[in-house]
Amino acid sequence: MRSVGIIGTGAFLPEKVLTNKDLEKMVNTSDEWIVSRTGIRERRIASDDQACSDLATEAGRRALESAGITADQLDLIIVATVTPDTMFPATACLVQERLQAEKAATFDLSAACSGFIYGIATASQFIATGIYRYVLVIGAECLSKIINWQDRNTCVLFGDGAGAAVLGPVETGGFLSFELGGDGSGGHLLQLPAGGSRLPASQETVEQGLHKLTMAGREVFKFAVRVMQRSAENALEKAGLSKEDIDFLVPHQANIRIIDSSLERLGLSRDKAVINLNRYGNMSSASIPVALDEAVRAGKITAGDTLVLVGFGAGLTWGSAVLKWSGVNGKQ
Amino acid sequence: MEEIFERVKSIIVDRLGVEEGEVTMDASIKDDLGADSLDIMDLVLELETEFKMEISDEQAEKISTVGDVVNFIKSNQ
Ligand SMILES: CC(C)(COP(=O)(O)OP(=O)(O)OC[C@H]1O[C@@H](n2cnc3c(N)ncnc32)[C@H](O)[C@@H]1OP(=O)(O)O)[C@@H](O)C(=O)NCCC(=O)NCCS
Repeated sequence: MRSVGIIGTGAFLPEKVLTNKDLEKMVNTSDEWIVSRTGIRERRIASDDQACSDLATEAGRRALESAGITADQLDLIIVATVTPDTMFPATACLVQERLQAEKAATFDLSAACSGFIYGIATASQFIATGIYRYVLVIGAECLSKIINWQDRNTCVLFGDGAGAAVLGPVETGGFLSFELGGDGSGGHLLQLPAGGSRLPASQETVEQGLHKLTMAGREVFKFAVRVMQRSAENALEKAGLSKEDIDFLVPHQANIRIIDSSLERLGLSRDKAVINLNRYGNMSSASIPVALDEAVRAGKITAGDTLVLVGFGAGLTWGSAVLKWSGVNGKQ
Repeated sequence: MEEIFERVKSIIVDRLGVEEGEVTMDASIKDDLGADSLDIMDLVLELETEFKMEISDEQAEKISTVGDVVNFIKSNQ
């Protein structure tokens, strides 16, 4: 088995910013409530004519540049998303066409906010076994399109964006362990009820608002705090490391209170965590790769650093990856 | 009883960052100790681990003072 690592990263955020002040005009909420309960100050919103593949393609292009490879070298493109352009074809196919990655196989992956972790875990198997050399993994979401903008319990939390990573063989560093998990008994806690084969779109489903995200916030909160600690600890153990070895934790960016609570339970200080939810909110599968890309470009994460990426979300799903940062090949 | 109170107190001091002296049986967790709904959920998680028990949302809703917590644990252990 050869060593696999991330050799390039990229991100793309839509231009439009929606602040807490803007939300005050839309629902009965306040900047103070949102900041104290979530840490979120603003989020990005895709325009009417922007879909998931538009954000994903741009993030992918930037990741290729950062990896110093061209699209025709890609063997596989995985797009992790819960807001694909269409039910089918896969968004990965649309991205492949736009990037002109003719040789690449393509599929989408559905693991909600854990999608990027599931994606890199999957991609790295192909590379470790020598089946493929370069895989582009993209987490991309247009959550604004499935949000009920009258529901203050959810509409303040989410945002749109895309983050990407190119995975390939590395000489030094790379992934040390993965830990993935699921618990379907909590599926109803966070879902998009209609539009699939259970409740196909009909006039009733539209009228009842069943094409919008629904969430049981409190249960999800408790699940998130517990699983973040457990998953990160399991992944560390598999890697033969302990918390003292962590240089940076890149957590899913759902709520600063979830992150803080988990950090305390893990015995890590806040400065060990890469945080961007104040600017982007929860971008589901895009949150971790965008945070990673920003920290790498800012020079915060450098070659040799030990990182723990940890995600959790609808499904329920969770996943962690431990890796030693190998540095990127191309230009940032 | 006394022992449960001491264990609850130390969790509250740790999670909410309040002074030990503030944590009396009569203290309201929200109003006197300044916890918001997410602090309370965090506290519930910690109590569940410490006392190896499940506290449902409905049960948590009924808890208002430190004394309520202590009594709840006593009668459900
Ligand atoms: C969403 C979340 C912040 C809500 O916090 P909470 O403390 O559980 O909120 P509650 O629903 O208990 O509501 C507390 C109070 O705030 C109010 N409230 C809820 N949303 C509000 C908002 N946007 N603005 C103002 N007030 C709000 C409620 O109506 C309630 O008021 P009341 O006490 O007068 O009844 C929290 O549950 C959470 O972060 N959950 C996890 C969600 C998540 O991360 N999901 C994605 C995972 S990938």
